[in-house]
Amino acid sequence: MDEAIIWLTILALSIFVGIEVISKVSSTLHTPLMSGTNAIHGIILIGAIFVAGTADSAPVLVMGLAATVLAAVNLVGGFVVTDRMLKMFSAPNKKTPGKAPAKKDGAA
Amino acid sequence: MIPVWVQAAYLFAAVCFILALKGLSSPKTARRGNLLGAAAAVVATAAVFFERPLGNIVPILAAVGVGTVLGAVGARRVQMTQMPQLVALFNGVGGAAAAIVAVVELHGLSGTHSSAVVTAAAAAFTAVVGGVSFAGSVVTFAKLQGLMTTRPVVFPGLPVLFGAAVLAAVAIAVMTAAGPGLLPGTILAALGLLAGVLLVLPVGGADVPIVISLLNAFTGLTVAAGGYVLGNVLLLIAGTLVGASGTLLTVMMARGMGRSVLNTLFGALKGGSTLG
Repeated sequence: MDEAIIWLTILALSIFVGIEVISKVSSTLHTPLMSGTNAIHGIILIGAIFVAGTADSAPVLVMGLAATVLAAVNLVGGFVVTDRMLKMFSAPNKKTPGKAPAKKDGAA
Repeated sequence: MIPVWVQAAYLFAAVCFILALKGLSSPKTARRGNLLGAAAAVVATAAVFFERPLGNIVPILAAVGVGTVLGAVGARRVQMTQMPQLVALFNGVGGAAAAIVAVVELHGLSGTHSSAVVTAAAAAFTAVVGGVSFAGSVVTFAKLQGLMTTRPVVFPGLPVLFGAAVLAAVAIAVMTAAGPGLLPGTILAALGLLAGVLLVLPVGGADVPIVISLLNAFTGLTVAAGGYVLGNVLLLIAGTLVGASGTLLTVMMARGMGRSVLNTLFGALKGGSTLG
């Protein structure tokens, strides 16, 4: 199989998976989900590390290191801030257990 | 040739990212999903050091450390009410990182011939859209942080200037695909910055979250294209996941506010009201 076709196959399947996997998200989770996907694209960090690690001149190394810092901010900050958001979501439920019975939710 | 176990680690991380998104879309599993994504990112970041022999290990580890501290401290210190603009800022720096990687790769491709046309085109795309994502995110940050007015900013000629920037970017991207180099790559990134600012200026404050989500999807696409350029499957999968789910999320958020995405972006230009 031609290599370009393999890449296109991965691309096409990933598009469908990306759409399918979040299609049932509840609207209260829109912001944490956006923040979580934001963290995931911080994985460009491995591209930045690769560029910096294979740099053959000082300017390229500087650019690669700058990209590494920025991508690490995106990746680490993204996951931490998403976790804080989600902590906020779960906190009230723990403090007031049983206040909102599951049956009532199901009926509504 | 990339060692098989490194490729397996990338596959593992890709599967974890999918499960992380799945987890994030349900309240019960959201937190676990996010942690799973973070764990996958750690595995992938460790694996890249063994992809092939890398130089400059010490400065790279220092750069990762600096970025980690900045990101973690920023995310921990920020007040709850300021989280949206922080997400915008994180998205922006991610876009900037992708654009820088693309410009470096275009520099590396200079002098190559027709065989690398698709690679150069993907790098050109990453440079432009990464620039859009960074500049757009900075403007959304400024709007949410109160550094500038939250009202839509429209001036005569804005649509013309925006259109000209987009057309110029497309034209130079085509030229760059045929003859890649550092200079066209830098020009592309600069045009992306201009287009990003012009894209977000006319958006009112209340609609800004939708635009952050759109720019988030843009950054995902740049990472996917960057993955193709670097020959890294994980970047392609992760970027495409974010691009696709981010686009759907943008549409759902706009629908939740009773708007279309196009109306959110360009409503102010047509003279309709986008309340700030």
